[in-house]
Amino acid sequence: MFNWLQYFADWLIYAVFGISATTHLGEALNFFVFDTLKIFVLLFVITTVMGVVNSYFPVDKVRNFLSRNKMYGLEYLFASTFGVITPFCSCSSVPLFIGFVKGGIPLGITFTYLITAPLVNEVAIAIFAGAFGFKVTAIYVSTGIVLGVIGGFTLGKLKLDKQLSPWVQNIIDNAQTEEELEEEHLSLSNRFPLILKEAFNIVKGVSIYIIVGIAIGGAMHGFLPTGFFEHYINKGQWYAVPLAVIMGIPMYSNAAGVIPVVQVLVAKGVPLGTAIAFMMGVIGLSLPEAMLLKKVMTWKLIAIYFGTIAFFMILSGYLFNAIL
Amino acid sequence: MKIDIKVLGPGCTKCKTTYTNVLEALKQTGIEADVIKIEDLEEMMKYNVLTTPVLMINGVAKIKGRIAEVKEITDLLLK
Repeated sequence: MFNWLQYFADWLIYAVFGISATTHLGEALNFFVFDTLKIFVLLFVITTVMGVVNSYFPVDKVRNFLSRNKMYGLEYLFASTFGVITPFCSCSSVPLFIGFVKGGIPLGITFTYLITAPLVNEVAIAIFAGAFGFKVTAIYVSTGIVLGVIGGFTLGKLKLDKQLSPWVQNIIDNAQTEEELEEEHLSLSNRFPLILKEAFNIVKGVSIYIIVGIAIGGAMHGFLPTGFFEHYINKGQWYAVPLAVIMGIPMYSNAAGVIPVVQVLVAKGVPLGTAIAFMMGVIGLSLPEAMLLKKVMTWKLIAIYFGTIAFFMILSGYLFNAIL
Repeated sequence: MKIDIKVLGPGCTKCKTTYTNVLEALKQTGIEADVIKIEDLEEMMKYNVLTTPVLMINGVAKIKGRIAEVKEITDLLLK
């Protein structure tokens, strides 16, 4: 599928720049050009497709759907899947959280959405697909959805309402199912240019992280021997997975750049499950998000929330190491 | 009647860009308007927003969850 990009990278590095394919520099540059272009193409295509899908399921409709339908547990799966298709920005997490509970959606389902939305987003999917191929991406996406369901369900069972800030509890007590805000509706043909523009903005916004990430990855790819990390991290070390998740949590802003680096770590011997657990920590949980959630939750609830999700991320890491 | 514009958002980059775009659009069109920036969450929730930023003109949410471009705002204002 990406042969044409490989031809272009070969042509650019070996023919135009005249750097030999047998040198470390040539190999590293070729890897850099090919990977960067591949990820940018994937990112643009996936954000555009997501933008179109999302224009049919805007978050308002998602909320109304979830608050109207009680589906004997299936609503967790819906909330989690909606989390994948709706775009997510951590600055929206708090209004979203309140908007959901205000609409009478149970806390557990709101948590489900809040877990999956950042964990499985268009940027992560595109870079995963570029770095690890579609099989690993599919595993990541489905694990993210399951993790959202189980995490939200667990948190819902813990009866955490009392740990919300008083003004939020007040909102819950006065929850209403029906509340429409007047707004404008556009047809798809009118929306499409906006979707393309938004996709372009997303690509532009993360491009610097991707380029830096691939540059570091490219350098490591060319200079570290294969299997380098096998001496340090292997499946036998039980603490590698928890450590990977915990290290990942504070690293949010570089999510786009982290995946290309991790790709190289895997190529050099880090177990894939440990690597995926690490990336889940990076992408799914972040300190800026914790600071924002402070406005609606007590520290205790934030700790329970992060702890529960981190626990399930660690479990998935072990699971991947066992099956992959 | 003076137009009433509200920009809702907890202060992220997208919200700030939308706000400056609104000011730019007003300058370009020469239209006078009351522009209010709502950053307080409790206040924001009264308008039932889910994604930020939100651009409201005369009480109607025109653009939600993304940056409103200067051109879009001028079009909305001139309508």
